[in-house]
Order: sequence, then structure tokens, then C-alpha cells
Amino acid sequence: MTAQSIADAAYIIAALLFILTLAGLSRHETSRQGIVFGIAGMAVALAATVGVAVQNAAAIAVTLLIIAVACGAAIGLWRARIVEMTGMPELIALLHSFVGLAAVLVGWDGFYSVEHNPGQTEYTGSLLHIHHAEVFIGVFIGAVTFTGSIVANLKLSGRIKSAPLMLPGKNYLNLGALGAFAILTGFFVASPNLVLLIAVTLVALALGWHLVASIGGGDMPVVVSMLNSYSGWAAAASGFLLDNNLLIVTGALVGSSGAYLSYIMCQAMNRSFISVIAGGFGVEAPTSTQTDYGDYREVTAAEVGTLLTNAKSVVITPGYGMAVAQAQYPVAELAKQLRERGIEVRFGIHPVAGRLPGHMNVLLAEAKVPYDIVLEMDEINDDFEKTSVVLVIGANDTVNPAAAEDPTSPIAGMPVLRVWEAADVVVFKRSMAAGYAGVQNPLFFRENAQMLFGDAKSMVEEVLRSI
Amino acid sequence: MTVMHIGVPRERSAGETRVAATPRTVEQLRALGYEVTVEAGAGTLSTFADSAYTAAGARIGGPDEVWAADVVLKVNAPDPAEIERLHEGVTLVSLLAPGLNPELVATLAAKPVTVLAMDAVPRISRAQSLDVLSSMANIAGYRAVIEAAHAFGRFFTGQVTAAGKVPPAKVLVAGAGVAGLAAIGAASSLGAIVLATDPRPEVADQVRSLGGEFLAVQSVEAEVSASGYAKEMSQDYNALAARLYASQAPEVDIIVTTALIPGRPAPKLITAEMVASMRSGSVIVDMAAAQGGNVEGTRAGEVVHTENGVTIIGYTDLAGRLPAQSSQLYGTNLVNLMKLLTPGKDGELVLDLEDVVQRGITVVHQGENMWPPPPVQVSAAPAAGPVGVPAMAAPEKKRMSSARKLTLTGIGIAALWLVNAFAPQPLPEHFTVLMLATVIGYYVIGKVHHALHTPLMSVTNAISGIIVVGAMLQIGDGSTVIRVLSFVAILLASINIFGGFAVTRRMLGMFSKG
Repeated sequence: MTAQSIADAAYIIAALLFILTLAGLSRHETSRQGIVFGIAGMAVALAATVGVAVQNAAAIAVTLLIIAVACGAAIGLWRARIVEMTGMPELIALLHSFVGLAAVLVGWDGFYSVEHNPGQTEYTGSLLHIHHAEVFIGVFIGAVTFTGSIVANLKLSGRIKSAPLMLPGKNYLNLGALGAFAILTGFFVASPNLVLLIAVTLVALALGWHLVASIGGGDMPVVVSMLNSYSGWAAAASGFLLDNNLLIVTGALVGSSGAYLSYIMCQAMNRSFISVIAGGFGVEAPTSTQTDYGDYREVTAAEVGTLLTNAKSVVITPGYGMAVAQAQYPVAELAKQLRERGIEVRFGIHPVAGRLPGHMNVLLAEAKVPYDIVLEMDEINDDFEKTSVVLVIGANDTVNPAAAEDPTSPIAGMPVLRVWEAADVVVFKRSMAAGYAGVQNPLFFRENAQMLFGDAKSMVEEVLRSI
Repeated sequence: MTVMHIGVPRERSAGETRVAATPRTVEQLRALGYEVTVEAGAGTLSTFADSAYTAAGARIGGPDEVWAADVVLKVNAPDPAEIERLHEGVTLVSLLAPGLNPELVATLAAKPVTVLAMDAVPRISRAQSLDVLSSMANIAGYRAVIEAAHAFGRFFTGQVTAAGKVPPAKVLVAGAGVAGLAAIGAASSLGAIVLATDPRPEVADQVRSLGGEFLAVQSVEAEVSASGYAKEMSQDYNALAARLYASQAPEVDIIVTTALIPGRPAPKLITAEMVASMRSGSVIVDMAAAQGGNVEGTRAGEVVHTENGVTIIGYTDLAGRLPAQSSQLYGTNLVNLMKLLTPGKDGELVLDLEDVVQRGITVVHQGENMWPPPPVQVSAAPAAGPVGVPAMAAPEKKRMSSARKLTLTGIGIAALWLVNAFAPQPLPEHFTVLMLATVIGYYVIGKVHHALHTPLMSVTNAISGIIVVGAMLQIGDGSTVIRVLSFVAILLASINIFGGFAVTRRMLGMFSKG
């Protein structure tokens, strides 16, 4: 029994624990158990690896390793403690970039320890060629993930503008980068050298940047989960490179999770995955033809208060605007007060509301809204008919009747929350500007809809004061 | 530029309880830049005291002052004495029924004045906030049910009491326009069983949404009206409808009729025989009494008791019986009109005859007879056409055909087989692991609750920090370059692991059950 065989056995346990983690996270009741499994799995894997390292490596290397882990742990725990829940999308995007960069570095390490190391004897013949290819693939996926995530992070945190970048022939640029990658891989397998490795790294970094830069801010839920998937595949590629099954299993688990989430998001927008990652949505949306939608009606916060206190059931449909205005606390307080009066209050969450899958749920949970009154679109869509008042807070495209009723609309066919079926709809909005998709929303002009203009947070607070 | 004055006279028609401005609308008019003068006692019958108007910023004046204003807001059409008082250049806004009163229009056009008819607002959605007919019909429909309940000697709602069972009242509403729908809503919220008829089948959903049951007249002639109002129906249809009413009359306790055709006498829906077939104690409210009535035997403005004990209510002032409310809504309609006419919000009235709404209500413009206006195509009716053909017409998204899908899947599987058949170990083993893990991942994650997507993402992110294992295995290698690169990789991946798990725990800790 060697340290290596002990470690291999431990990796199997860790892989199993990771699967249990994801299974546990499927339901609220078991989610906390799931995270315990995850932490346990990670602890087992790290302990086994450190054990192998201690046995094989020099003391200086082990010291470095421990310093690196300690620093990383300190930074990670600190960031996790201070992050605002509204800033979660940025943080997750940033963390994805770390995995990407780590994968690039692991790939480079592989290059230095094998290709650039004439003394190595482990890999020969076709195995060596496979190793060449694995280095390349690992670096490529890692680098795309890295810059893609950085751009996503910058867009989400508003440090660069979220409008899609429109380079001429952008699809050809992407295809060109893929072609260059294939050709470079061919050359590298034939004769590995540092120049080619640098070249592929640069190509992949540029591709990642361009890929995400040309996607608009509203498509970020898809992008973030897509990057999540990439970071998984990057880890799996490293597993191939290092002949490590734990990396492959974990990478594949993460990779399929991200892919599946992206798929759900795309379904929710009624668009194909390819069309999202290949370019912006808001871009070609025509500035709506001059249709006469009629007049919209404004209400005051006090009138909304009266409407709410006289209601039997209320549904609140939040969108990204609620996150921007940090309005989740007053919204939760409003829900609580109405519930205390015996009014049925529920939340309806559209799958792409916010900038991260499930973002709204996290924000509402932060404000202590019980999760059993937070329903997803399919659960609540048939109940709008029987609802007295719907509050639309900072959402627009996800409640646009044009998606259901106007076959010529750019968002036609996208499943939306059918809020307009309720007796009264109050829309909290800053102005009459169009939503992310650039499509006018006929909801605002419906007879049963009323507009409450202003910052979502202060408006909800005003409504609270009036009831 | 001088600020324009608005005058609000006291209504002089017999039985009129409403007033064209309330203290609240006075405030809104003043916010548009106008000075407002209200005639003393104008709001008394609608419970608005002069002092309330003063508090809202209006001046109280005599008739002379009010009629000297630049704009006069009224409820009813002016009587001859009032027409005398119109001075040159004044703008009069009131209900006029210009289609029914050509002599009145001619008289007004003989003077150098501008007259706007509030009851001539075209039925387009943009103009809905000015539509007096809708706002008044809404009130009248409600009041019709209240009047019926008053005259009806029973509960509306069914009850089981110690003294026996009370059946619910059955209400039939003829015509599901604004008034009909208001009546349906009021009656069903009182607990009655409500039936409703209308020639337009598309209103069935609106009827149901208010708690009524829609009785369709079985006819091929479905009506889609271009003006948004009902039109006169054919003989066949009327015969079928009559049969429906005849069969319902003995069954129901209360009938509310609302059928009106603009500019024509009201259609007779309920014949004397039908009335005779009703049970004693039943009540009919004929909301069309002013236009001749939908019921044989209605007398406008009066209550008729028939020989068989049926009460026919023919009040023509149903809206006016809720004077405070109707004045407020009418006043708000006027404010919305003034908003439209005061684009600068500077107290200066600008009439834009290019605008279909403003053109539609202009009966007399500076002494020129403008009636009737060119017809307006109503948006609601034609829109019903395209909406009826839903996503079918939408450009079909290019979906992969199943044959193509199969081919692609086949190619993928063949490629996988090729790679594994020719690659040396450990590649096939790795592919086995990768493939199984991907499938497991898909099934495990497919069940994840929607609300947990963000925690799922952050936990998978923490787990993907497992790449640290790779870097840890490499750091033992002798070369400095590798050590430095591995060090950075370990550092980054550790941030991921610890940060990812910690933030997930924090999030999951927040989810709580109610």
C-alpha cells in the first residue's frame, strides 16, 4: 500500500461525496446536508493529495503548497463573508475565472514537466502525442474560461458597459479562432514548442474575451452558467492531462451542471443555445414600430397601498430592477405585513429574472422570505387569473404579453409570467424605457395595469408606510 | 400670455345631482396652470361644500363670473338660457349627444364658440381615460343592481339558516358592455347567480372573469363591431335571442337590460309576454329607459308595478344616484381631457384637430359646425383578427430535423469509438469515467429545484476548485517555473474552494421555510 494507492482510494470516496453533494442540493430540505458532503469530499481529496505531496516532494514545495492554500483560504473566506447577495453574479463569474486560470497554469506545468523536460521518461510514443494534445486542449478551455469570466465579471459589476460588442463578422472571428486552435494543435502534436503554446494561449484568451464581450448584459444568466460549464470541462481536461480520475469526474459533474442550467435558461428565453453564445439578442431587436398602445395610468404609492389592503391575494414578480435598487428588504417586509393581515402573498419568479439562475430566490431568501411562497413560473402561471393584485417590481421582458400574443415580436414565443390576467397589475418602474430586449411592453397600456414610477426601493417603502 | 380661466357652473337640469369638478379635480386643473371658478352651491348635491372648493384653490363666484370664463366645464348640455350666456371665443365642454340633437348643434354652431362633447370620445384605447360613457356606465351598472336589490324582497346570496334554506337570487344581465359588466360584478359579489347575454361571443371571458355565466345566442352571425359599440342585429338573430329571453324570464328573479345602440332607439328585448311570465316579486331594471327602453312597459324615470307583481325600474339617472362618485369620475375624465388639451401644462388650451380624439369630440369649432367627425377605426376590433392567429404565423425557428439529429449523434458516437479503439491506455479508461460522470451529473442536477440554482452554481464552482489537486501534484516537480506556476494555481483554486463553499453555506443558511 503506497501513498499513491491510498490517495486513489480516497479520490473515489471524494468523487462519490461530490455526487451526493449535487444530489443533496436538489431540495431545500437536504441542501445543507449536501454542502456538508461537499466539504467532506474536498477535505478527503485535499488530505490525500497533500499526503502524496509530502511523501514525494521536497520540504520547500510542501511549504509553498501550504502557504498557497492558507492564503487562498483566507482570501476566499473573506470575500465570501463580505459579498452582497446582489453582487453574487459578479463573484461567481470571478471565481470561474480562477478555475480557468488555474487550468491554464496546470497545462503550462504539464508542458514544462513533460514536453519541455528532455529527461522525462513517463510518456513515450503515442502517449506522448496524446499528452501534447491534452496540454493544448486544457490550456485552450482554461484560457477561454478565464477571459470570458473576467469580461462577465466586469459587465456584471458595471465596470464595462453591458451592451454587446459588435465587431464586424464576429461569427467568423469566433470560427477563425477555433480553426486556428485546430491548426496549432496539429503543429504542436507534431513538434511541441513554447511559441506554439504561447500562441494558443493568446488565441484562447482573445476568443474568451470576444465571446462574452459580444453578449449583452441581459443574457448573463446563460453566460455565467455556460462559463460554469467551461470551468468544469477545463478541470476535466486537466484530469486527462494528469491521469487523474477525480479531476475528470468532478469536472464532468460541473460541466454537465453548467450545460444543463444553460439549457434551462435558453428554454426560458425560447432561444437556441448557439444563438445566445454566438451573439447579442438586444442587438437586432427593431426599435418597436410606432404602434398606438394607448395611454398608461400612473398611481401613487398610497393608492397602491389601498389596492393591496383590499386584495385577497397578491403575487409579486421581481426582476433585475429589484436587485439593482436593493429593494428585497422592503419587498419582504411588505409581503410579511400583508400576510399578517391574512392576504395571500406569493412570489412568481421567471427563470431568467436577474443576472444569475436563481438570483431572485437568493435575494428573497436573504430578506427572509420563506421559500415555500416563492414559486417558479410554471407553478404560478395558472393562478394569475384568480389573483387580485400583481406587483411587478423591476421586471419588464419577463412579463411582456407581446411574447405570448404578438407573433411578430422579437421575443415571440418566450414563456412569460401572465401577470396581465390578474385583476390589477401595478408596475414599479423607473421610467417608460423599454426592457433589455428593447421591446415595448404592451402590458403597461392595459386597462388593468397601473404604473408607479420611481426607484423600486423608495417606492416600496412608501407603499409600506401607507398601509 | 394670460392664464386661462375655467368656470364650473351649477347644473340646472331637473334631477341632476352631479357637478363637473370636485375639489380633487380642481387641484389637478390648477396643476395644469388654470384658474378655476366654481359657482356657489355647484357641489352641494354631490356633497362637495363650497369651502372644500376654496380649500382646493378655486374661487367661488356667481353665474356671471362662471360663464365669463374662457373654458366652461359642464355635465349636461346647455339649456337655452345657458346658450345665451356663451360669449365669443369660449370653449364649452359637456355631454351633448350631438348625434341625437342636431338642432342643439345647429344652435351652438350659430355662435362664435367652440363646443366639445364628452360623450363623443372615440373608442380607442388612448382615449379611454376621457371616456365618460364608460365611467358613467360603470357607475350606473352598479347602481342598477343596488336598485334591483332594494326593490327585490329577498337576499341575493343563498343561505342555510336555522329558519330554513334561502335560495340565491338569479340575475340575468342583457348586454355585457361596461354597464353590463359592472352589473354582473356587483350582482355576483352580492352572492347572486348571474347569467349574461351579449351578441359578441368574445365577451364571454370577460363575463366569466366577473363571476357570471355567459349564455350564448346560438347564431352564425357573430358580431365584430368596427366602432366598438353594439350594432343592430338581424332578424334571425333577434328571433333566437327572443327565444332565449323567453325561456329565461320565468327562471330568473332579476333582469338588468343595458342594450343601447348609439344614435338609435333602444332595441326591445323583453316583451310584455315575457314580463307576464316572470314570478311575482321579480324586478327588472331597464338601463336603456331614456332611449325608449329594452322592456315593453318601461316608463322613463319611473317605477312601474305590473299586474303580476313585477317591478320595472326605468330610472334614467342611475349614475347621478351616486353623485359624489360620478362627479369625481366625470371630473377626472375632464381633467384627462384638459391634460390632452394643455400640452404645455401652462394653462393655455390648444385644440389640435389633427388628433383623432380631439377631432372626434369637437362638435363646434369657432362657430363652425364640425359634426359628424370622420369615422375612426377602433384599434380593439381589427386587433382581434391577428391575435386570433397565434404563434402559428410566427416564423418557425429552425429546429434540427430528427434525421439530422440522428446523423450528428451517430457521427459523435463513431468518433468516440474511433478515438477509444485506437488510443492506448489510459485514454479509453478516462473516457469511460468522463462519460459516466457526465451522465450522472446530468441526472443528479436535472432534479435541482429552481430556487437552488444559484447555490448549485456556487457549490459546483467550489468543487471545480478540485483542479487544485492537479497543481498540488505538480508543485513537487523540481523546476522553479513549475513551482511558481503551481503556487499561483493552488492559490487561485483555494480561493475558489473556500470562497465557494463558504458563500454557498451562507446562502443556504438564508433559505427558511415559512
